[in-house]
Amino acid sequence: MFRDFYNTLKEFVRTFGAFQLFFLRLLQHSPSIFVKRFRLVVKQVYNAGALSLVIIMVCGFFIGGVLGLQGYSNLARFNAEDSVGAFAALALVKELGPVITALLFAGRAGTALASEIGLMKATDQLSAMEMMAVNPIRRVLVPRFLGGVISMPLLAAVFSTIGLLGAHVVSVNLLGVDAGAFWIQMQQSLDISDINEGIIKSVVFGIVASLLAVWEGYNAVPTAEGVGRATTRTVVNTAIAVLIFDFMITAFML
Amino acid sequence: MTMDAPSDHLIEIRGLAYAHGARPIFKDLNLTIQRGKITAIMGPSGTGKTTLLRLITRQLIPDRGVIFVDGVDISMLNQTNLYKMRRRFGVLFQNGALLTDLSVFENVAFPLREHTRLTNRLIRHVVLTKLHAVGLRGAADMMPVQLSGGMERRVALARAMVMDPDILIYDEPFVGLDPISMGVIVRLVRRMNDALGISSILVSHDLQEISTVADCSFLISDGKVAASGSPAELNQTSSELVKQFMHGMADGPVAFHFEAPDYEEQLLGRDAE
Amino acid sequence: MQQTRSVEISTGLFVLFGMGALFFLTMQTTGGDNFSAADTYEVEARFTNVGSLRSRAPVSMAGVTIGRVTNVVFDPIALEAVVTFDIDSRYDQIPDDSDASILTSGLLGSQYIGLQAGGSDIYLEDGSEVLFTQSAIILENLIGKFLVNRDSGDADD
Repeated sequence: MFRDFYNTLKEFVRTFGAFQLFFLRLLQHSPSIFVKRFRLVVKQVYNAGALSLVIIMVCGFFIGGVLGLQGYSNLARFNAEDSVGAFAALALVKELGPVITALLFAGRAGTALASEIGLMKATDQLSAMEMMAVNPIRRVLVPRFLGGVISMPLLAAVFSTIGLLGAHVVSVNLLGVDAGAFWIQMQQSLDISDINEGIIKSVVFGIVASLLAVWEGYNAVPTAEGVGRATTRTVVNTAIAVLIFDFMITAFML
Repeated sequence: MTMDAPSDHLIEIRGLAYAHGARPIFKDLNLTIQRGKITAIMGPSGTGKTTLLRLITRQLIPDRGVIFVDGVDISMLNQTNLYKMRRRFGVLFQNGALLTDLSVFENVAFPLREHTRLTNRLIRHVVLTKLHAVGLRGAADMMPVQLSGGMERRVALARAMVMDPDILIYDEPFVGLDPISMGVIVRLVRRMNDALGISSILVSHDLQEISTVADCSFLISDGKVAASGSPAELNQTSSELVKQFMHGMADGPVAFHFEAPDYEEQLLGRDAE
Repeated sequence: MQQTRSVEISTGLFVLFGMGALFFLTMQTTGGDNFSAADTYEVEARFTNVGSLRSRAPVSMAGVTIGRVTNVVFDPIALEAVVTFDIDSRYDQIPDDSDASILTSGLLGSQYIGLQAGGSDIYLEDGSEVLFTQSAIILENLIGKFLVNRDSGDADD
């Protein structure tokens, strides 16, 4: 039993090391792909970002609406329902925007990336590239990674903005909070550093989610079952990693 | 083409050993592939024919032994030189391995776009010529999912040829094709080899097609070359294994049964103890 | 080609949209006290208690943000808190006998420094100190005072 544990631990450390090296290889090729093959990146920004826009906006609107409702009913106990704008904005910009966007991104774009790359592997497309003297990491993985990293902060910003709209609609238009109070309270309690925290988080989550997706796809067992498992693992691992990183960044930025 | 006088030996494999995990695939494989010929590598399924191709193109690294391509030990190449060497190869994968997110035209143009700085007009010219050679100029704008298996393989062949390689490798080019498509591919293989003066390596277990097209064949079994020679020579050999393979007999040196515990004992449940 | 064009157009729209959202968040939601003057001068003030005042807290005069707290330290000799803050150089005519107090914005709001103009002809400049200060109101102290001296009712003044 001890031997099993030792082997598991060794395998874990090995995978972790391989993962770091993989990340470095992506970074190594990123600048030249970004400069010379920008079109490839644009296509992936479309796949990861533009195609995720609708789900991000719908979810953002409803999360904002919930914040409006909850904020209103709970703050009303302290006669502070005017602060609902501040409450919703702080929650969205600092936490919910980046985190929920990252989770939705993992479900929408991460799975698509992992299964696409896994299928390319299963159908020998990656080997074929390798045989055409084209490095698949550079040609296939790097543009997808960059596309995700670029899209995530933009998606998170859209999510927060639409969320504020949702909160505004619910608390001002439906529940009758004064619009001026809504905005002024928000503007007074939000600082540029809060926005920065949100941006830093969404950039980090973008790197984490894209990296995990291409990693799982690239290391998928090249069978139908293996690709399926890689997609599942992408979502699960991204969710765990994002929440851990969220905690660490929040603690660090306090 | 290299500068020094080319020897007849295009690819030489000496003492090759390779294991997939704990399962040995090659034990002491020696094999020479002649320049300008069509060489067939045959063997029962599971003997590692595709693995051999991956070793020759260094997608896999042998445990022991050396592989020379044009006199160069390929295990000594760094990434840049390896990629340089690989450009001399054109590989046709089992299922074509076309890039599914690109059109037929873009698939064939892919190596040109990656490795050359040709103008769009020139690329168009080259790609259409190659597609014409495989008879699919009309399918240039289709996506790979719209193609039949035979068409996919012909597009892959056009793509393999687009950089004008010296060596064309076909991995199971006949599997799963109807007789007409198969005949088309056989004729294409022959024509490419003779018209372009290249060397071809064919991995297959379709005996009939092999015997019509190959100049020389190797039969691999149990991690070694079991027999070699022209198809006609192989047909007349006395070796039990070759006979079994050539005539498609179920049992022989290649056992019908996969290794298993004793039948009687297992049925009586004695192995549970 | 048509397909690539539409991909490029929607990508462009997406990026513009994202940038717009980012711009909106930075400019609109924080607009209230977006103090970012390039030219400032530094002033110091000593308080017996700063409450929960932190650096980056606003400094306001007549309700308008004119500066930011840059540093809050404890002076171990005088046993006081020393607060340093930057004031926008545009406001260079603040009398040096002005009164600095630590106030709270709203019931749950954060603390800030409020300057109350004095009557002197000499103005605050880089490195000067605000001499008249009023410390933060600590709620517990306030309640204590109120219980001891119920009649006065207004412990603030």
